[in-house]
Amino acid sequence: MATKLKPVDVAIVGVGLTGTIIAKELAEAGLKVVGLERGHWRDTDPDFAMPYVHDELRYVGRHELMQDLSRETITFRNNAAETALPMRQLGSFRPGEGVGGAAVHWGGLTWRFLPWDFETRSRTLARYGKGQLAEDCTSQDWGVTYDELERHFDRFEYLYGISGKAGNLRGRIVPGGNPFEGPRSREYPNPPLKTSYAGALFKQAAEKMGYRPFPTPTGAVSRAYTNEYGATINACVYCGYCQFFGCEMGAKASPQTAVLPNLMQQKNFELRTHANVTKVDLDAAGKRAIGVTYVDSRGREFEQPADMVLLCSYVLNNVRLMLLSGIGKPYDPAANTGVVGRNYAYQTPSSVTLFFEDRVFNQFMAAGGMGMTIDEFNGDNFDHSGLGFIGGGFLQAATSGSRPIEVRPVPRGTPRWGSEWKRAVATYFNRSFPITIQGACQSYRGNYLDLDPTYRDAYGLPLLRMTFDRRENEHKMSLWLTDKAAQIAKAIGPSKMNVTPRTEKYTIVPYQSTHNTGGAIMGADPATSAVNKYLQSWAVPNVFVVGASAFPQNGGYNPTGTVGALTYWALDAIRSRYLKRPGPLAG
Amino acid sequence: MGQSSGRRWFLKSVTALGGAASLPAPASAAEPHAQHRARALSQTYMYLTQPEVAFVEATVARLIPADELGPGAKEAGVACFIDRQLVGAWGTMAKMYRQGPWPEGTPQQGYQSPLTPQQVYRVGIGEVNAHCAKQYGSSFSALTAAQQDEVLRGLDGGKIELEGVRSQFFFNMLLANTLEGFFADPIYGGNRDKVGWKLVGFPGVAAVYTAHVDRHGVPYNAVPVSIQDIVDNVARVDEHGHPKHVLLTRKD
Repeated sequence: MATKLKPVDVAIVGVGLTGTIIAKELAEAGLKVVGLERGHWRDTDPDFAMPYVHDELRYVGRHELMQDLSRETITFRNNAAETALPMRQLGSFRPGEGVGGAAVHWGGLTWRFLPWDFETRSRTLARYGKGQLAEDCTSQDWGVTYDELERHFDRFEYLYGISGKAGNLRGRIVPGGNPFEGPRSREYPNPPLKTSYAGALFKQAAEKMGYRPFPTPTGAVSRAYTNEYGATINACVYCGYCQFFGCEMGAKASPQTAVLPNLMQQKNFELRTHANVTKVDLDAAGKRAIGVTYVDSRGREFEQPADMVLLCSYVLNNVRLMLLSGIGKPYDPAANTGVVGRNYAYQTPSSVTLFFEDRVFNQFMAAGGMGMTIDEFNGDNFDHSGLGFIGGGFLQAATSGSRPIEVRPVPRGTPRWGSEWKRAVATYFNRSFPITIQGACQSYRGNYLDLDPTYRDAYGLPLLRMTFDRRENEHKMSLWLTDKAAQIAKAIGPSKMNVTPRTEKYTIVPYQSTHNTGGAIMGADPATSAVNKYLQSWAVPNVFVVGASAFPQNGGYNPTGTVGALTYWALDAIRSRYLKRPGPLAG
Repeated sequence: MGQSSGRRWFLKSVTALGGAASLPAPASAAEPHAQHRARALSQTYMYLTQPEVAFVEATVARLIPADELGPGAKEAGVACFIDRQLVGAWGTMAKMYRQGPWPEGTPQQGYQSPLTPQQVYRVGIGEVNAHCAKQYGSSFSALTAAQQDEVLRGLDGGKIELEGVRSQFFFNMLLANTLEGFFADPIYGGNRDKVGWKLVGFPGVAAVYTAHVDRHGVPYNAVPVSIQDIVDNVARVDEHGHPKHVLLTRKD
């Protein structure tokens, strides 16, 4: 029997990137806010202290900061004809667990999706006609535009102290930045990181070919910076233990460095760790949330009554909680009706690795998001006529940290073991670097999330089932983008190259990116979206679902910048309108 | 980068940052102590039986052999590393999902064995040794190097079929663990004397690289630093706990 707790104004499920910002803002607005986090408390000191944090096996190999799958995982299949099986160990993506969520171990790349990304379907139809989209493609407009989001992108970038170089200031193209980005109201809060050797060679070659390279924008902060919440993020020291690690310097933007110092001082905020929310409780009519139910570390069940519930956990768990709670109609791919679980998408990463005989790159001196990028081939920045696909991705020479358990490239054709392998790894560990491509991924009728009929979590509840594969659009795009990268690589002049486009069946095994998107998508039409343009559930208006779960399809960028912008966008609507008059904000 | 035998490396009496005046303790100061500890560890097994240790040692010695480039996985203590991994959280699937049912699934669906890694080793080693006994008349560890390579290739390519576990699944686990043990921090029992890091030129625990990161194409030949080196005060650290790397200069 659940213990009923004293009511609060707001229950936040998941205390990560979005949850910490929302908790801070709403607590400050005078609301009583409880943050429920299923993992434990983590902070720079002592959790990420030297020397123990520089341990590749623990953090990369054994997923120290990531989700404990023994309690809850997902099941996966490539298509509906297969039987989904549980993801027994982490592979393709690595969700976080604990305070700060995946924003503790993230890589730092902080992008704004292109204006085109928010209007993918209408702009594609307008420019190319219906034939450009696959028949089963369900990519759609977001219901919000870049212009509406601009000041929220700006606020998030200034909160997280992003290092970068503007390329478009209020419509004026600025040399050295990304000329393809949407207009921004001001420069980045901090200058770009230093340029690595790999970045310098890429820049030189790309410029010669007529491209306009620029430093990758990142939350590895280039100088000590104090944000609007009074939190100071320190200067990055390029130690190279960044993505998949916590930062010992407090130099990577995260809830720990940017928000929690302020949030934990808020008198109206209470954090409860080891609180695993199992459902959002609805009233008898199923139209209003009355709170959440959670289980604590002693197995006790609690009901936390709340006037508002914000789902701020990872993409997959946001969707699962909606399905477990009966918030919105589950998606039915056969009939193409229903909304929850619809438009699950991912990313289409690929790469070119360059090998040299006589140059050393010291790629272990690095930072998350340290790189030199070109954006000529992202979104609709180039003419797709006759190419047979839509979308694109950015190409970058990446210097994000080479450590030999995970990163030890050898030329294709080298045996996997034995003396020949050993010679190759000794030669090329420090004489190679990658050009990586963050390809977009469209949404399709057959790619979706629902509840698994067989497998259950530690509480006996059904696991989320993922049905996903990339389509011809993504494979063609990847071949095309990877060839562009190979042309730049060739101009740099390596002795050998591994050119690796993404054309095979999607597999959940090797790491690709923690850029899962969709399943609780935003939109203008309640028939094809689970939340409105303010991330408010159409079905249960006092529930907001915040995160990349709202992306109707994935762009050719890392998602975090856009997640941050959506967070402030939703908050703005909540603070300025919803709190004054609770009820549907769109319709 | 490999430190090939024909060239000699000398300690350069500066720190990686170039600024600090104090001479760092030579990295060799604690070597006898460290070697003693490593030897003690290598003789202590918590999970693997002696025949299993013999199998693992023989296997890792073929996967990463000792050769003119330097010590291999056996010398690096990888068998000890694997034993400790098997007895710990990873080997018992503490953070992995373990509920059935257990159909084998597609390759895209990943790990679907009902066995924990610990059990995979027990089953796999037993069956490979049985295969070797039948095929060659002795256990794997007693075969010639060429025969061992033949068996490992048979597992790698799936030509040798095992009953209790898929041969490629077992082989891939062995290979992945061998690489982990060769390149992980020595605190886990492998990468002894940091031989894996020395082979590839990886400095281990990072220093502050702010002053070096844009020195393009300039080799950074640091004496690698492990977590243990810092705990043992063998490596000096700055105020944040980053080691001050000792750089080597090369004299041809």
